[in-house]
Amino acid sequence: MTALELKNISVIYGENTPFRKAALNNINVSFEKGSITGIIGHTGSGKSTLASLTNGLLKPTEGEILLYGENIWDKPKEMVKVRSRVGLVFQYPEYQLFDETVESDIAFGPKNIGLSEEEIKERVRLASEFCGLTQKELRRSPFELSGGQKRRAAIAGVIAMMPEVLVLDEPAAGLDPKGKEEILSGLVEYKNAYGATLLIISHSMEDIARYADNILVMKQGEVYMQGNVEEIFMQAEKLFDANLDVPQITKLFIELKKRNLCRSNDVYTVGYAKKEIEKLIKDSENA
Amino acid sequence: MLKDVTFGQYYPGNSLLHKTDPRIKMIILIEYLVIVLAATTEIAALVSLSFTLFLITVSGIRFSVLIKSVKPLIFVLVFTAVINLFFTKADTRPLVDFYFITIYKEGIKTAVMMLLRLVSLVLGTSVLISFTTSPLELTDAIESLLSPLKAIKVPVHEFAMMMSIALRFIPTLIEETNKIISAQKARCADFESGNILKRVKSLIPILIPLFVSSI
Repeated sequence: MTALELKNISVIYGENTPFRKAALNNINVSFEKGSITGIIGHTGSGKSTLASLTNGLLKPTEGEILLYGENIWDKPKEMVKVRSRVGLVFQYPEYQLFDETVESDIAFGPKNIGLSEEEIKERVRLASEFCGLTQKELRRSPFELSGGQKRRAAIAGVIAMMPEVLVLDEPAAGLDPKGKEEILSGLVEYKNAYGATLLIISHSMEDIARYADNILVMKQGEVYMQGNVEEIFMQAEKLFDANLDVPQITKLFIELKKRNLCRSNDVYTVGYAKKEIEKLIKDSENA
Repeated sequence: MLKDVTFGQYYPGNSLLHKTDPRIKMIILIEYLVIVLAATTEIAALVSLSFTLFLITVSGIRFSVLIKSVKPLIFVLVFTAVINLFFTKADTRPLVDFYFITIYKEGIKTAVMMLLRLVSLVLGTSVLISFTTSPLELTDAIESLLSPLKAIKVPVHEFAMMMSIALRFIPTLIEETNKIISAQKARCADFESGNILKRVKSLIPILIPLFVSSI
């Protein structure tokens, strides 16, 4: 089932001014329910613009956005409802924290939707669990937390709305490997538990290879490539042309293949690479 | 929310006003302000109005942009006009005399004059300085014009520096604010409905992060 669909979307900033700029040009994509799509692209390729379209923060100049078949701009007065269904976590979301305690900050979204006290409490508990925040941290001021904890609190603030589609702009940027891993796997856990659809914008090909099912490659406001992870990372040359990269491990295997040391060209995670290398060693021992 | 702010916004262009030395524009501005404020007779008002129109034409700034720069002042304009209309007293026979409402011919005249004066002030300043002079040029002009004051030990350079820093950070602050507004809107925050108290309260989630990020 298609969760979110963008149909013939174009976005033009500052029309009729000297600053006119087309940010997106005739985009057509759809995202399946329960899938994780990684969105990659060079700076200025329109990834963030795409993100703010999904929950109606930005109105497309042309085209329509369908959430489970319904155009989100049909009833502009009910945009709050759309925003509770499509959660959007911006880049460096820490700056959105404002309340006295982490707990009440996470409760901000559910409160705005108009849920009951008990429901809000339950959601704060669930969201903080998915994001790995402890009871002690919930009672502290968000401004006392460390960078990584702030990030979790901010993401929890969006997850607490229990969105059906969750869009994250660089959720793990600037975090240490462990924090990164915890946040991303928490998101996958949330997705699996509630059948949500995840869109993750990232510059890290390793993260994309590891967590995403599909990849959407953007270039200069247009969809450049689209497909599942294997399909995209197999076309390394085409990615290099868009100033993008493949995971480092894939690069290694491309080199190995060039030297006729192995045959597979679909290696993009470390785990799979390990198996492949073990197989190669076994083969050479047998030979 | 903040997209209507045109203050200090520079519109790149190639008009005569864009090319004029900013120091000359500053001097013209001062003279212009004096003319507009001193114009009390109809003829003087016409002269200052035609000069305003002349500046607008020369600047080549689009009409829609000008409308946008006056829009935030609508309340002030209407308020001034109404006050002048109803509270100007004269010795002549009133045009309208209805219980407590009395309107004199002079009242209408002052109201129209005030309206013209205020609109001219805003448009003239915007067209002469904000829209056609980049902030950098502006601070250079101020420093250069004030430089004689150096003789009496006025810190002109520091003054210009302070101004350029302040101007430089207006767009940054606006950008930051927009970012926070978007993030809170994504969490279903509502800034547009409810009574005054509720609306003021709804600004807290914007103001606190803004303060935190700027200190």
